[in-house]
Amino acid sequence: MCIYWSLGFGNWLLHHVHGGLLRLMRYVLDIIKGAISLIVGMSVTIKAFFSPVVTVQYPRKVINITPRFRGHTKLIADEEMPDRTKCVVCGMCVKNCPSGSIKKVEGEKKEGEKKKTATEYILNFTTCSQCGICVETCPFDALAFSADYNPAGYRKEDFYYDLIKEFEKRKKA
Amino acid sequence: MNELMAIINIIGKETVRVIIGLIGVLILVVINALILTWAERKVAGHMQRRIAAKEVGPFGLIQPIADSLKLLGKELLTPVNVDKPLYYLAPTLIFIPVLVSFIVIPFDSYLQVKDINVGILVILAFSSLSMLSILIAGWGSNNKYSLIGAVRSVAQNIAYEIPLLLSLLPVIFMVNSLSLKDIVEFQRGGWFVWKWQFFAFLIYFIAGVAETNRTPFDLPEAESELVAGFHTEYSGMRFAIFFLAEYTNIMIISAIATTFFLGGYLGPVLPGIVWFLIKTYFLVFVILWFRWTFPRVRFDQLLNFSWKILIPVSFANLLVTGGILKL
Repeated sequence: MCIYWSLGFGNWLLHHVHGGLLRLMRYVLDIIKGAISLIVGMSVTIKAFFSPVVTVQYPRKVINITPRFRGHTKLIADEEMPDRTKCVVCGMCVKNCPSGSIKKVEGEKKEGEKKKTATEYILNFTTCSQCGICVETCPFDALAFSADYNPAGYRKEDFYYDLIKEFEKRKKA
Repeated sequence: MNELMAIINIIGKETVRVIIGLIGVLILVVINALILTWAERKVAGHMQRRIAAKEVGPFGLIQPIADSLKLLGKELLTPVNVDKPLYYLAPTLIFIPVLVSFIVIPFDSYLQVKDINVGILVILAFSSLSMLSILIAGWGSNNKYSLIGAVRSVAQNIAYEIPLLLSLLPVIFMVNSLSLKDIVEFQRGGWFVWKWQFFAFLIYFIAGVAETNRTPFDLPEAESELVAGFHTEYSGMRFAIFFLAEYTNIMIISAIATTFFLGGYLGPVLPGIVWFLIKTYFLVFVILWFRWTFPRVRFDQLLNFSWKILIPVSFANLLVTGGILKL
């Protein structure tokens, strides 16, 4: 105050009125900015309100599973003999599985053939984390991921899959 | 028939009118709550690009009835250490202002239970009572979440009742009457939203949303902080009554906004009641729209917004209107 007196009353008045006006302008600007941001937000939701629904009524309608989806592993059919799998029971997947989820791979050698044919392939899906190391290391590219996204069961034994049986079922279908 | 006329003659035509009106209001309140619970789900769903309720009945229209049956079937729990008289009183008390407010609202030029010459005062006075019942519910529940919710509600209602009143006053100045019917009839020359009172409408609507404890001002029942606020300890039908009161309050706030600023039942071609309901439910939709757009405000923001912005602006509006009317 004293300093302003030395500069003159006019300066004091100018400073204070000026400061006050600035503050008032900022107050009004804040309200306007806030109102605009609220209107922007409301326009976003009203656009969503009138846009088509993106969800699907699940048990009745199912969307396509992406090709890279990782379900449990499945065995692939041999190109030459489509009723058999490509698996030759080399055991690479059993050795490489970090969780030890592939319990048992057994096969037999058929008359006049060089390769073994798998007869049993047990996958414990409860400990499988779909890491895909078995798929990668399979020297014959006999494994792939299935698109089975909703397995369900009452006991954990329900998730000990025999992939050969699963293959047979797929073959029939 | 003669006996009926005799009874009517004994208790008086006016009383009969009020009784019939009250029954009508009760039906209206219940139907409104059913529609609004359905509408809220649908609006919420479509704003999140979902379908929302669709299983029970066509478009899920019977869903609210299924819900109310479920609530009727639920056990009425009374926690051990509640303040019993207050605990039981609160859900009853919250319903009185709701019923009284509808009596003076003109749904059409002839469809009004009673045209009191202090209509708006009755509504405002009784709507303060709902805050009291929230406080009673919070106190009687003997639960810290309920109490915090109730205290917040009181602070909020004190802050927002002032701009609410101040935004209605300019209209009353212009019409020179407190009767809701006079206010509607005055708007034959043009609705108040377009004629000078746009800011009053905005302030009234914002304060009204705060009065009904709706998002973004739903601090009394902020579920992420306070479980359910003042109705944490209520179950079954008691909880349903709080719910019913909330939805009816939304309708009352919208109905008063319609009467004061949007010309009430006035409109071309269609009958008055249809216009009234269209306008009211449009405003109700806007309130639902608010809820699914804005996040909850902080408590200091809530009070600052009322005391620093709404009240000064509404005072300025009042002064300007008064000044112009005097000229």
